[in-house]
Amino acid sequence: MKVKQISIFLENKKGRLYEALQVLGEANINIRALSIADTAEYGILRLIVSEPDRAKKVLQKVNFVVQENDVIAICVSDQPGGLSHVLNILQQAEMNVEYVYAFVQKKGEKAVVVLRTEKLEPAIKALEKAGIQILKEKEVYCI
Amino acid sequence: MFWNKEIETLSRKKLEELQIDRLKKTVKKVYDKVPFYKNKFMETGIKPQDIQSLKDVTKLPFTTNDDLRANFPDGLVAVPKGQIIRLHTSSGTTGKPKALFFSKKDVDVAADQMARCLIMSGMTSEDILQNMMTYGLFTGALVMHYGAEKVGCLVIPAGPGNSERQISLMQDFGTTTLHITPSYALYLADIMESMGIDPIKDLKLKRAFVGSEPYTEETRKKIEALYDIDVYNSYGLSEMNGPGVGFECGEKHGMHLWEDNYLVEIIDPQTLLPVKEEGQVGELVLTSLNREAMPLLRYRTRDITSIIPGKCPCGRTHRRINRITGRSDDMFIIRGVNVFPQQIERILMSTQRVGKNYQIVLDALDDITVRVEISKDMFDGNMEHLVDLQKEITGKLKAEILVTPKVELLEPGSLPSFEGKAKRVIDKRKL
Repeated sequence: MKVKQISIFLENKKGRLYEALQVLGEANINIRALSIADTAEYGILRLIVSEPDRAKKVLQKVNFVVQENDVIAICVSDQPGGLSHVLNILQQAEMNVEYVYAFVQKKGEKAVVVLRTEKLEPAIKALEKAGIQILKEKEVYCI
Repeated sequence: MFWNKEIETLSRKKLEELQIDRLKKTVKKVYDKVPFYKNKFMETGIKPQDIQSLKDVTKLPFTTNDDLRANFPDGLVAVPKGQIIRLHTSSGTTGKPKALFFSKKDVDVAADQMARCLIMSGMTSEDILQNMMTYGLFTGALVMHYGAEKVGCLVIPAGPGNSERQISLMQDFGTTTLHITPSYALYLADIMESMGIDPIKDLKLKRAFVGSEPYTEETRKKIEALYDIDVYNSYGLSEMNGPGVGFECGEKHGMHLWEDNYLVEIIDPQTLLPVKEEGQVGELVLTSLNREAMPLLRYRTRDITSIIPGKCPCGRTHRRINRITGRSDDMFIIRGVNVFPQQIERILMSTQRVGKNYQIVLDALDDITVRVEISKDMFDGNMEHLVDLQKEITGKLKAEILVTPKVELLEPGSLPSFEGKAKRVIDKRKL
């Protein structure tokens, strides 16, 4: 129940984020969720997209440094305390969260949270056990 | 084994006595015979008799590349023309070549010190040397040739190129020793592989002398592994007889520099003063003590190295210098510290996760930024790994250059790539 995420290394150069997004736009690849982690000198653009494999290829073709990672995507209720409840489950299970980002669906009452832990499998088990809805690849790519 | 045990293991005291004696003679000779030096002495008010101890060498004028060019072709020759038997040239990166003349004795001294080097590496008269350097105006091949003949081994004057013939010479005559450029040694191993020849099983190679182009310790180890041989580092320059000025012994830890023939100084290229302590890095300055046709005082080699303090277990008393780490022309100063781009390059090269291309930016606040491309394979999407890499490089660089640099990680291919000599340092302080 892992979901593929695209990570792109971006150096701190004017227009570089735009260029990456433009490449995906031209290839007709839709971005479902996005997060940027950065330092003053460089950053990592993380994306959940409609077609991760093809996204990786088109980006690499124009010399972006791209890596595919597995992440967990879950559904949480879009209300106060929704995300903290999930994090509490992981904390109880002693799972370290490397990063997390969220996006809210247009209509629904649910928010989708993308997270990565050091070890994915035990985290997935802990979340499933607590009754959290974990999203399948297809569900996430075409939200 | 020694070629000339007495000289090679002479006590430091006797060696220094020999040096001062030869230095005085050299100084007197150039004063009397070479107008260029006489004028320099007059300008600074120095007389040959002012040189009484080795320390007095600092009173003498330097000789530079430009001086050699300005006195082209034979302005620095100190003997009658009839005594000159050989011309070599050294191609500079710019302008005219430098002309270098040898008397009969000079050729013999060059061959003799080369013979010391060869015996030091374990060669005997039973060995077979395939000399794959260019014979001609360049000193490399000829001085090696003469030295090997002195040792009494069979010399195959193959010259460079024609790889298949080189390999069949090795097979037909049982070559044990190569004199070769490092890049050609690497290339030749590929050719052998494509021909189905195993250099370890099918050849009788024991050792190689590689040189005439810069190479790293990693390259040396690679050549040693490919051929299962010993590779010895050497130092030489045409201005000082060519190859064999310094050479590694079996310890492979620094190159013994023949101090009966050369007076060694390490100077700070900025202040031109000797470095404060033995072992400190600086520019190698050599005074020839045993050259007849064209003695040179305090020749600035522009090569950056340091003396390895202490005795060598091999018993030779002639001090060792470290591998040349750069050219003094490339040096820059950051917050009062002398830094060579090669120091930074070496650190980056030892880090697998970055590419070979890099750039150094010095800005108005006297900050140094090192920009380096990450390698595609190292990127796993984890920010921590990038931060760790950045920290690791910063730490290693700080230990090397004593200033904390800012390290920027770039995408592969984003730095300009250079053909030939790369412009690595961008100094914004000069604008």
